[in-house]
Amino acid sequence: MADKPMAIAKTQLFTENQVLRQILGICSSLAVTNSMNNSLVMGLGLSFVTALSSLTLSAMREIIPHRVRMLVQTLVIAVYVIFVDLFLQAFLPDISKQLGPYVGLIITNCIIMGRAEAYAQKNPPIPAMFDGLFAGLGYTGVLLIVALIREVLGFGTIFGINVNVIGFQTWTIMIMPPAAFFIIGSLIWALSARAQKKAAGGAK
Amino acid sequence: MPQISPFIIFFASIITSNMILSNFLGMCSYLSVSSEYKTATGLGMAVTLVLVLTTVINWAVYEYVIVPLEIEYLQYIIFIMVIAALVQILEMGMDRYMPDLHAKLGIFLPLITVNCAILGVTLFMVIRHYGFFQSLMFSLGSGLGWWLAINMLAAIREKLKNAKLPPGISGAALSFIITGIMAMAFIGFSGIFTIQ
Repeated sequence: MADKPMAIAKTQLFTENQVLRQILGICSSLAVTNSMNNSLVMGLGLSFVTALSSLTLSAMREIIPHRVRMLVQTLVIAVYVIFVDLFLQAFLPDISKQLGPYVGLIITNCIIMGRAEAYAQKNPPIPAMFDGLFAGLGYTGVLLIVALIREVLGFGTIFGINVNVIGFQTWTIMIMPPAAFFIIGSLIWALSARAQKKAAGGAK
Repeated sequence: MPQISPFIIFFASIITSNMILSNFLGMCSYLSVSSEYKTATGLGMAVTLVLVLTTVINWAVYEYVIVPLEIEYLQYIIFIMVIAALVQILEMGMDRYMPDLHAKLGIFLPLITVNCAILGVTLFMVIRHYGFFQSLMFSLGSGLGWWLAINMLAAIREKLKNAKLPPGISGAALSFIITGIMAMAFIGFSGIFTIQ
């Protein structure tokens, strides 16, 4: 298993991206991507929680009894989510209101639990923290790509700044739920078609 | 917050504010357990059951414990523990008293603890300040709506098993695109009721 921060970064950001390759953490990546601001805040919040909960759980991995580890993991994650929630309520009240229940739902985001189970449990704290951090940043990257497509076509803006200089008719469908499904579906399709091609090419 | 009739909430949460098609909750199990119609039905039933029970209990916990003690900042931890404990008790009770039902739904119960639809419905209920009957109907409608969506996807996926597909699309990408089309169809209902 790769333990160098750079190697972890590459796997988590590209080849094993949590959202597009592992299909984890889908709920929130569909829900918040109609605006780039929300996506960025959500992505950074999730990266913070994943990094610190991986760090904590990895540091505690020797002392957690195996049978109750799921419960302990959930509680540790919930503590960090409360930090994020209180921080957003205090400093970014508007975004906190728009994200609504999705901040609390970071607790049940499968990426965090997945990293805790698959990596933090078997590895020392510092690599585990990097692994969690980059898994979160990979998620942020996907969110920003999807949000860019949806916000430009749906509102004609980027981060709320108007870029619709040619004055085209914006597509309302882009900010509605179906577009999220189509865009993420197409991205997954493109990536897995590429992976299949590569695998077929390598076998020859 | 104006009082919306519980029955409007019930129908709206099935059709216009469907948990999956407009709120994107519970996607993980929705995508992974939808390749067979029969298993999808089992999971849908289990989700509906747990959803109604946890929402009612969480409503009582919020109203009579969290608000009087002013510990709103601990609500996530409390809700998650209620859900985990309830699922555990439900599994043990079912195993003891209803072995037939347990054989059918038992395997799905652990999955449900981490299903974000369960926590999501509770959080929506808190944010929208629902009363008891509103919460009850909201959770029942959300559960049935979730069940409806997973059954539709499973039925479509079963039919598509024999179809010839472009490379790379089978699996998750196809489910997403089917769900997108379903969500577009459900937009047709919007405007009948709104609860947001």
